[in-house]
Amino acid sequence: MKNETSKPWPLWEVFVRSKNGLAHKHAGSLHASDQEMALKNARDVYTRRSEGVSIWVVLSSSVIASSPDDKEPLFAPSDDKAYRHPTFYDIPDDVGHM
Amino acid sequence: MMLDTCDFKTQYVLHLADDALVLGQRLSGWCGHGPILEQDIAISNISLDLIGLARQYYQYAAELIGGDTTEDSLAYFRESREFYNHLIVEQPNGDWGDTMSRQFYFDTFHFFQLQHLTRSEDLRLREIATKALKETTYHAQFSAEWIIRLGDGTKESRKRVQKSITHHFPYALEFFETTEFDKQAHDLNLGPDVRELKDKWIEKVREVLNIATLDDINSDAVAKKGGKRGIHSEEHGLILAEMQSVARSYPDAKW
Repeated sequence: MKNETSKPWPLWEVFVRSKNGLAHKHAGSLHASDQEMALKNARDVYTRRSEGVSIWVVLSSSVIASSPDDKEPLFAPSDDKAYRHPTFYDIPDDVGHM
Repeated sequence: MMLDTCDFKTQYVLHLADDALVLGQRLSGWCGHGPILEQDIAISNISLDLIGLARQYYQYAAELIGGDTTEDSLAYFRESREFYNHLIVEQPNGDWGDTMSRQFYFDTFHFFQLQHLTRSEDLRLREIATKALKETTYHAQFSAEWIIRLGDGTKESRKRVQKSITHHFPYALEFFETTEFDKQAHDLNLGPDVRELKDKWIEKVREVLNIATLDDINSDAVAKKGGKRGIHSEEHGLILAEMQSVARSYPDAKW
């Protein structure tokens, strides 16, 4: 017998791979009591219109997020470094997803 | 459309359709009332799968009957006495444990039934079953996991789901009662001999009940039967009243 007190189900983050070869992309979040239920719920909530071929679920509490206050030191320095973008090359159409 | 006015094959297809429709209609009652949003979506999806399955069977039955029979006339303009669904699918939703125990027994049977129907002599039944088997595999996992979660959950959830599991068991035994249309369908290699599905069903049910720490099945239980012969509970009339009222009030209504 597990804990008898009623507490809200934990929150999970859902990542869906829309087709093979693409990366899993964050789709949203949901509540579930355990990992099997989280996968099933994710299937029902986020893939009912054939959006996916694979699902990852992760406890939201396991996600380490950057702080909005650190936005400047983290991201601003790259704004003036355009040479880091591969925009000076012509990418052949056959390459596909880059 | 009483049993004796259409052939056995049509009766058999109607029987398959009626199970899916009545349970689909029952589950739709959860829409907007699920314990949480995610479960609301899940159970409504299952409801829609079943109603979609019912439509395919009714369309086939309508073709077999011919004339101006349509899937709608079969769903909305037959009386309770003319429905051949199992009694279990018309049982009330009750609490989540009641709904899940009804679903678990049905899904487990439905899975084995469809598995057999994918090898039917009848091409149309084979096609319908092949598609439905994928959906039902998911339904069966979903409801079995819930039985385990509730059984091996809290003291309260265990007590309540045990009551539902015990209550629905005699209804589930109707799955293995053979009617004339079952016999004929089996003789024509359309569908399974339902009696032969019983061992597999019992084995799977036992396995899940055991993991769920629930009591073993009562092997002395006697089947509650009648549904497959059109003899239903009072509940059935209420389901039809709600489901059929719009179609009967406005028979020529179009979307």
